[in-house]
Amino acid sequence: MATITAQTGTERVNYLNVRTTVASWLLTLDHKRIGILYLLGITFFFFLGSLAAATIRLELATPKGDLLSSDTYNKMFTIHGVLMIFFFLIPSIPASFGNFVLPMMIGARDVAFPRLNLLSWYFFMIGGMLATIALLKGGIDTGWTFYTPYSSAFAKGEVSLAIVGVFLAGFSSIFTGINFLVTIHKMRAPGMTWFRLPLFVWAMYATSLIQVLGTPVVAITLLLVAVERSFGIGIFDPNRGGDPILFQHLFWFYSHPAVYIMILPAMGVISEVIATFSRRRVFGYHFVAFSSLAIAIIGFLVWGHHMFSTGQSIYASILFSFLTFLVAIPSAIKTFNWMATIWKGRVHWEAPLIYALGFLGLFVIGGLTGLHLGSLATDVHLTDTYFVVAHFHYVMVGGATMGYMAALHYWWPKMTGRMYPQSWAKLAALMVFVGFNLTFFPQFILGYMGMPRRYHSYPEEWWALNLLSSAGASILGLGYLLPAVYLVWSLKYGRIAEKNPWGARGLEWEAVDTLPHPHNFERTPIVTRPAYDYAHPEEPTAIFPAPRPAYVGGGGKDG
Amino acid sequence: MWNIPFFPPTASKEGEAISTLYWTISWLAVFFGSIVLFGAIYLAVKYRASNEAVRRDDAVETDLRLELGWTLIPLVLALAIFGWSAKLYGDIYAPREGAYEVFVVGKQWMWHCQHPNGVRENNELHLPAGRLVKVTVISQDVIHAFSIPAFRVKRDAVPGRYNTMYFTPTQPGKYHLFCTEYCGTKHSEMIGWVYVLPPEEFQLWLAHGGGGGTATAALSLEEQGKQVFEGVGACSTCHMNPNAAVKAPDLRGLFGSKVKLADGRTVVADEAYIRESILNPGAKVVAGYQPVMPPYQGVLSEEQIIQLTAYIKSLAKEQPAGGK
Repeated sequence: MATITAQTGTERVNYLNVRTTVASWLLTLDHKRIGILYLLGITFFFFLGSLAAATIRLELATPKGDLLSSDTYNKMFTIHGVLMIFFFLIPSIPASFGNFVLPMMIGARDVAFPRLNLLSWYFFMIGGMLATIALLKGGIDTGWTFYTPYSSAFAKGEVSLAIVGVFLAGFSSIFTGINFLVTIHKMRAPGMTWFRLPLFVWAMYATSLIQVLGTPVVAITLLLVAVERSFGIGIFDPNRGGDPILFQHLFWFYSHPAVYIMILPAMGVISEVIATFSRRRVFGYHFVAFSSLAIAIIGFLVWGHHMFSTGQSIYASILFSFLTFLVAIPSAIKTFNWMATIWKGRVHWEAPLIYALGFLGLFVIGGLTGLHLGSLATDVHLTDTYFVVAHFHYVMVGGATMGYMAALHYWWPKMTGRMYPQSWAKLAALMVFVGFNLTFFPQFILGYMGMPRRYHSYPEEWWALNLLSSAGASILGLGYLLPAVYLVWSLKYGRIAEKNPWGARGLEWEAVDTLPHPHNFERTPIVTRPAYDYAHPEEPTAIFPAPRPAYVGGGGKDG
Repeated sequence: MWNIPFFPPTASKEGEAISTLYWTISWLAVFFGSIVLFGAIYLAVKYRASNEAVRRDDAVETDLRLELGWTLIPLVLALAIFGWSAKLYGDIYAPREGAYEVFVVGKQWMWHCQHPNGVRENNELHLPAGRLVKVTVISQDVIHAFSIPAFRVKRDAVPGRYNTMYFTPTQPGKYHLFCTEYCGTKHSEMIGWVYVLPPEEFQLWLAHGGGGGTATAALSLEEQGKQVFEGVGACSTCHMNPNAAVKAPDLRGLFGSKVKLADGRTVVADEAYIRESILNPGAKVVAGYQPVMPPYQGVLSEEQIIQLTAYIKSLAKEQPAGGK
């Protein structure tokens, strides 16, 4: 990547060529480089997690557990869950694209705490390595949910080591959240008022709130599991006077909002992409912005819907169910506003838009099947079956990962200075959409028929649908491999990207060079227009007045 | 492989009600899902950049009526589903009287079921059609979940805690029984069958002590409990023994009554209380007695505790000797 040259005339200084040593990367404080470091780390864990997924689908292609032993199978879905959730989905968009574009979007030079930012990447990588070592040293078979007392008193293997890995990753997530909250509050350029912020920034703000308020709870909870394992102190194990259901309350208090850590940033990306490729301001800007906050706040109050079948009080269950139906509404608001943005827009069918439309189609299925699960009577039948597996894959892979791919294709030119082949990218998006539906739609049917999740073998009558699911997974896998090929290809052979190849509004496109200068802006921009001002193409979003000697920057004071 | 079912059998009264709700939500989901997916594609095609035949100059950036419309319509529908579902759930899972009671103990990796007349079976459960059934479920080790998809019901088997579920099987037949909470190596082998028999056939099956298979004919549950009480449990050394050296509470008339505790609280003597008082007697000491009973944690199995509880329940009809 370091060999890329600047596009015109004499080589301009950019964030890649300013220094090219390995040390300059490993010690960088530049939010853009940290974003790239995260992107590489996340891709690595995504690859490992996908291999585990492939193994799982291969095993389930036949009803008998004939490929792997039961223990190995159990380790595989644990690896898949732990890596994908804690080391791919949660950091995916915030830590990579959030890091890369958020400061540019608000007209800042960097995030508020660049050193903390770098530290977060090291915590993430060390955590990921510890988890990987735990998996290599024989693996763990607790499932990513670490339910007690199985995890704390029964499971063998390196559970504590994996927990320390997740704990560290949790702190990296907290650091990113703190960084973004302070950055958004204090570092906005003059004139960048709250309601001029791009909706991606609103989404990142809501995400960061959850990261900061929720993650400590799961970190402590998992640590308590490790304490119970190592020292035999009774916290969750009923044989030692503990309460196994307490674990579930604490675990889901974070892990349900964690779903919003995954989906909110993707929603932010979709707002950006749909506005850009419809050449139109996001319809109902305020409603979309506040719906992100509503999701973050209500999302903290719904954790008990994971526990309807545990014997939790009927009244508690009814309250959690009610709040769950409420949290569905802001997502509906967003969806209809995105459609209204396309309505009467000037729609350019480029690859990022295909991914965004794919997001809409898959996320809406994930969201609507959430109604079956938020609803008490049906949830009890469906919980812990493949219906749940299908539902959350629609939200997390169909939603969050589609959003991630949209972001990757949208900001790739700004990050690398190269264009990728559009037709290949569109084909890949289509393959992911088709492969995804083939993989996961049959699982809704299997789940309604009662097929339990985490089963190594299953009754013969469910063979055909499982086989279909496994076949779909291979198309899905190819759909993810294809971008790896053409994106890497584009680094060397791709067309040189212009400053604003999509014709987008927003500071990162209008006011930042491709490739970006190490300091993003040569002078602090003064923002004069709201976000997505496609109605006034002649007016720049920000102006750069001649430098005043006394001016020392400082963000947000005018906001 | 080519005999492919797409729906589970529906074999309980509750299952029929839940299926109706399931399909209502599903069709709503299909309706709204189609609006979003096909609507978005339709709009993106119609308003493609190259299409100059559409009007764009009247586009607005927001519209309060639209916003209210697509907020309130989904909200009303969501609350309607919530209400329907919550009512149904309350009807199914709140305690109901007059049920045929079965006790289920989950352990790595099998289901152990006990009938009131003492018939026990492993990984199989025979039930009468047309009669309300109450299943009380607990785990001996980790969390399991007792799931019968054909009945659309499920309850977690949690160690240290009795959970209950109710259903009324309607269709005689053979149905899957699964453990749906991941419980370790052989989680996917913790499966079995539920047999629903016509009532007369079921009575015959019970009377013959389970009619072969894995079921074992035996004394009734309370008689088994009495054996534990006098045998391995050695409870009768102190309880209800006029010659006992230690003064222990009389257990006659106990079940379902209110018990005054040494710390001033009053609790109802239900299954959970009996269980706790056997395993960890120091937790709730009856007023007027010394905390001298040894804990039975690790001494008695969950099955034995269920038997003991059945025995203590059977004493509820008797009058305590003298005052308490």
